Amino acid sequence: MATSAPPIDAVHAGHGHELSFIRKYIFSTDHKIIGVQFLLLSLVGLFLGGMMAMAIRWQLGFPEGSMPLGGIFPETMVSGGVMLPEFYNSLVTMHGTFMVFFAVMPLLVGVFGNYLIPLKIGAEDMAFPRINMWSFWVAVIGTVIMMAGFWVEGGHSQAGWTQYAPLSADPQWTGVATGQQLWLLSIAVLGLSSILGATNYITTVVNLRAPGMTWFRLPLSIWSLFITAILVVLAIPILSGAAIMLFFDQTIGTSFFNATAGGQPILWQHLFWYFGHPEVYILILPAMGMVSEVIANGSRKPIFGYHSMVYAIIAIAFLGWIVWGHHMFQSGMNPTLGMTFMISTMFIAVPSAIKVFNWMGTMWRGNLTLHVPMLNAIAFVAMFVIGGLSGVYMASTPVDIYIHDTYFIVAHIHYVLFGGSLFALFAAITFWYPKMFGRMMSEAWGRVHFALTFVFFNLTFWPMHYLGLQGHMRRIYDPSQYEFLQHLSGTNRFVTISAFLLMVSQVIFAANFILSWFYGKKASENPWNDNGLEWSTPSPPPHGNWPDVPTVYRGPYEFSSPEVEEDFLPQHQKLPGDLEPEAAGRGS
Amino acid sequence: MNWLLPPGNSTFAGDIDFIYYVILVITGIAFVIVEFGLLWFVIRYRRRPGRKAYYTHGSMKAEVIWTAIPAVTVVVIGVMSGGVWNQVKGRNAAPADAMVFGLTAKQFEWNATYTGADGRLGTADDFVVRNQLHVPVDQPVLIKLATEDVIHSFFVPNLRVKQDALPGKTIDVWFEATEPGEFEIACAELCGLGHYRMRAFVTVHTADDFARWMAEQTAAAAAGE
Repeated sequence: MATSAPPIDAVHAGHGHELSFIRKYIFSTDHKIIGVQFLLLSLVGLFLGGMMAMAIRWQLGFPEGSMPLGGIFPETMVSGGVMLPEFYNSLVTMHGTFMVFFAVMPLLVGVFGNYLIPLKIGAEDMAFPRINMWSFWVAVIGTVIMMAGFWVEGGHSQAGWTQYAPLSADPQWTGVATGQQLWLLSIAVLGLSSILGATNYITTVVNLRAPGMTWFRLPLSIWSLFITAILVVLAIPILSGAAIMLFFDQTIGTSFFNATAGGQPILWQHLFWYFGHPEVYILILPAMGMVSEVIANGSRKPIFGYHSMVYAIIAIAFLGWIVWGHHMFQSGMNPTLGMTFMISTMFIAVPSAIKVFNWMGTMWRGNLTLHVPMLNAIAFVAMFVIGGLSGVYMASTPVDIYIHDTYFIVAHIHYVLFGGSLFALFAAITFWYPKMFGRMMSEAWGRVHFALTFVFFNLTFWPMHYLGLQGHMRRIYDPSQYEFLQHLSGTNRFVTISAFLLMVSQVIFAANFILSWFYGKKASENPWNDNGLEWSTPSPPPHGNWPDVPTVYRGPYEFSSPEVEEDFLPQHQKLPGDLEPEAAGRGS
Repeated sequence: MNWLLPPGNSTFAGDIDFIYYVILVITGIAFVIVEFGLLWFVIRYRRRPGRKAYYTHGSMKAEVIWTAIPAVTVVVIGVMSGGVWNQVKGRNAAPADAMVFGLTAKQFEWNATYTGADGRLGTADDFVVRNQLHVPVDQPVLIKLATEDVIHSFFVPNLRVKQDALPGKTIDVWFEATEPGEFEIACAELCGLGHYRMRAFVTVHTADDFARWMAEQTAAAAAGE
């Protein structure tokens, strides 16, 4: 079943003649344009989430100080230069919301799912290009709804990105009504976008692989995006349903989560984390997949243990389904369940370790080319390991009693989401930028950005482990209220200054990203000497990707193969001994 | 900055802290192996012109080793943790002779309920003290934890106690303090505007002191009515 069936003809009617500007760049059905649209949208989300983090850090580092630029906020947020606690709670809520839903998730799944899947499997486009276009524009609507929350009376939601009921279920507890409802609506709308995208990815990977692209010749990035898409269609509807139930509690007086009227507050937590834990893997699996591509390329070696890597992705995704209760050890859930959820959680360490050791195995005896994507990919491995190991502390139920809801978990999630996912994204963006925009990013400035980010990232988040071990609670507006946190004000200030420098370092990335678009060196078809199919077409590829769909003769990681002189051997390159896929009995 | 935990003043604090240090050592070893391994590879296998990388697709033996070792390790950590968990939070973990107190959270305070002379909650001689939980040392204490509005979390860092208070439910929390002193209670679950200042105290008395305090308060409460 290979492939060549062109996706919907009507959509590709544009092949023959010039498309209007609007159809080409705004309401485009081309997966590459949609990928770039998601990229620009979610980089804005990343910037906003980062700025919120700066405001949060300012308050924690200098609780008594007058906030810089505080004057631009209305009196209901910053009064007399001092941030108000209700605004702080909004910022904490929205920082998490933006980073998860409007930055990292769309960057990984929206951008690279769209951009890479057809190009890497040898398809002209997604299976449903028009649905794909909708998935982007629905996300825009979700973003607008979420942003609107900042301008309504009472401000934005203050219930934390986890939205625990009944705090989130009744306006009397936070004083926020409209903002809270907009939050829930936005998440439901955004869920629709994710589901549209993910069904498309699944269909495309199953049906549109090029001749010869068998399952075990699929690049690991595609395996991970495919498994992630399955997680999305299983997890997101749970969140959408729960958000709608909570919306009804807020607006029409149902009481799903309201104990005074017979509801169950803990039900919200079960539903939220039943989505939320697979979500964690939605936020890391694509990162792992893309890092695998970059590490093989940078090491000039085949991926060590390709099959183990695939099975590890599947194992992580499966285990990710049965561990949600580890967020709820101290919630009042039946303590007997603690044991079950602890063991299943700890077992995630096994496939995670397999992946880490296989990345190291790939680098072992390699010929390491430390280009900017490779530096970021190595940083991913180094930082993900820290995030993975700190997870063991919280998985251990008795230790979790002490460190639950402290800065230890804040350190952990940032080592996984920033140290992990975001470094992987820096690797992925710098690696595929030449394919996306036809120009190279500056290598020198890329190195400077990498070095500064790596240093300030660690200076920001490493000390948070210490804060957590001293008992410092998360989400508190003013730690100086507590005697036992007094001695941490110096550490808090240090973290804040490091965080500011971390944010400032991102200016280099932004400038490199924008300026290279106009002034970067023109990129060749295959600037990294890689094997993937996306490198067999011009940079950037035309609508339809190839004049004729390529044929695949081997796996994606044949670096330094003894069969050829060069140290890479593209998937589509036919060597004298290679049989055509049909003849070899390996259609797909 | 260090990786030591602050002093723990309850009977199970030592057990919790011990698991923490076991994990610290194990993860410390894994950390060193991976981070220094990566660093070593980056130095040792840097690109040199004319050299080709070693062409291999992996090793079954290596896969088995690095699957088995983490698997065994996490089972060991899991079993050790499970024992302590049951001792602290298991269904019937609280010792039978525990002294009973009520603690009800609301935005943004903790109200401690004392049994009065009859030693039972829910009777007429109960009395409430705001933000002050007084308990005797070396005596198991059972707290009936509840909340009037949203979820709060009862956190006493020095006693290694943390438990969410859940609307519509009363949850048992027990501990036995090993040293007299005054310890802070914090709220560990975001509960609204004043979450950051939802602070209270556990005062741990010697047995004599506690009896005296209890007698005074009981008398005062009775006089107040």
